[in-house]
Amino acid sequence: MLTVENVDLHYGAAIALRQVSLTAEVGAVTCLLGRNGVGKTSLLRAIVGAHPITSGAIVWEGSNITTLPTYERARRGISWVPQGRDIFPLLTVRENLETGFAVLPRGERKVPDEIYELFPILRTMLRRRGGDLSGGQQQQLAIARALIMKPRLLVLDEPTEGIQPSIIKDIGRVISLLRSRGGMAILLVEQYFDFAQELADTIVVMDRGDVVLSGRREDLDEADVRRRLSV
Amino acid sequence: MTEADTLLYLDGVTVSFDGFRALNALSLVLEEGEMRAVIGPNGAGKTTMMDVITGKTRPDTGKVVYQAGTDLTKLDEPAIAALGIGRKFQKPTVFEPHTVWDNLLLALAGDRRPRFSLWAKETRAERGRIEEILETVRLVDQRGRRGGDLSHGQKQWLEIGMLLAQEPRLLLVDEPVAGMTDSETEQTAHLLRDINRTRAVVVVEHDMAFVRALGVKVTVLHEGSVLSEGSIDHVSEDPKVIEVYLGR
Repeated sequence: MLTVENVDLHYGAAIALRQVSLTAEVGAVTCLLGRNGVGKTSLLRAIVGAHPITSGAIVWEGSNITTLPTYERARRGISWVPQGRDIFPLLTVRENLETGFAVLPRGERKVPDEIYELFPILRTMLRRRGGDLSGGQQQQLAIARALIMKPRLLVLDEPTEGIQPSIIKDIGRVISLLRSRGGMAILLVEQYFDFAQELADTIVVMDRGDVVLSGRREDLDEADVRRRLSV
Repeated sequence: MTEADTLLYLDGVTVSFDGFRALNALSLVLEEGEMRAVIGPNGAGKTTMMDVITGKTRPDTGKVVYQAGTDLTKLDEPAIAALGIGRKFQKPTVFEPHTVWDNLLLALAGDRRPRFSLWAKETRAERGRIEEILETVRLVDQRGRRGGDLSHGQKQWLEIGMLLAQEPRLLLVDEPVAGMTDSETEQTAHLLRDINRTRAVVVVEHDMAFVRALGVKVTVLHEGSVLSEGSIDHVSEDPKVIEVYLGR
């Protein structure tokens, strides 16, 4: 389980997160919702170690990882699909996938067939450059690359942004499949409400750097959640 | 509304980057002395709109008419600034080693070449103006502190004060309250309303409590055009607005 406890995060003197707390359980999808600029990505950066926090604690699988560097968190099973995907444009699809090997023991460094079962399009594109893929294909590649690391915590930042509807559906199916297998906590940041609502076991809503609403999906009033996401 | 009341008129402005339309035939009218809040999801074109007004980006098509006569798309950035259009970017950029007072003095309109900056003493009129600005931006008690020692909110206010020192007619402010505490956010709404008594202001913001506190007309941008316009209550009930905030 991932536990975020009373986290503050600053960029210089500007405050981005104020006393944020959240848990993400294994075998469940935790959806983090909120308008632009409320701190969702900052919280993910804190969790994966891309930005230091000012106070509070981040606890993963029982140990405090607050001060661990990003690569150490990756070794401990935390995998990040960043917003905008961050595909290496000049590496091929296969090479992009292979960047995920870094955290694996040598004997396990191969791309499992399962990756191509989840994302059949990638098999046909292994030798293409990442930068030549469409946005939707790049998003699938980014998720596949994260899965190569065999994560136990998968963090996804707006995987539907700028993606065509048919691929959004595919991505939704992959996320539910990963959940149903268990063994993985999934933390999903979204602005697309229906997509998040369909997948979420737990919903966390942020505003102004703070959690303003959270709970199991069935316990929350959908109209209340919608209201906090709109203007 | 007559043409004489119009301060700024964007007429069918289109900007494309690599085939992506950041602004798509955007039209918008700002009246003399008005304050306007501009909101919209990521990629709606808010920053590009500011870039076009200040001459940082030149549109592919369309006009940006200032004070009914000048087409800003024909001018460069310094010329537009000299016309009285000031812009505050999101990140504070004050001279950190200098005091609040000296930051404002350096920003006052007039000769600021090195000879002045090294030896000149401010005139009585300049002192009076700096005092006024300190009052407006709530930094009277901070005048002797280094810019770098101010809180994040105070830095933002100082930079707004530095813009005021240049006597702009139109102030463009990009996400002023991002990273501010609740009380700084509240004070910033008051501060901008004070400033708006004598100047037009365009504020881009995500913070809806703040936009509500401003109590001005709101323009919602989406995919480079105006999606909705009116009071905050009007736009927040507009089904088109709800859809773009909740949908894909």
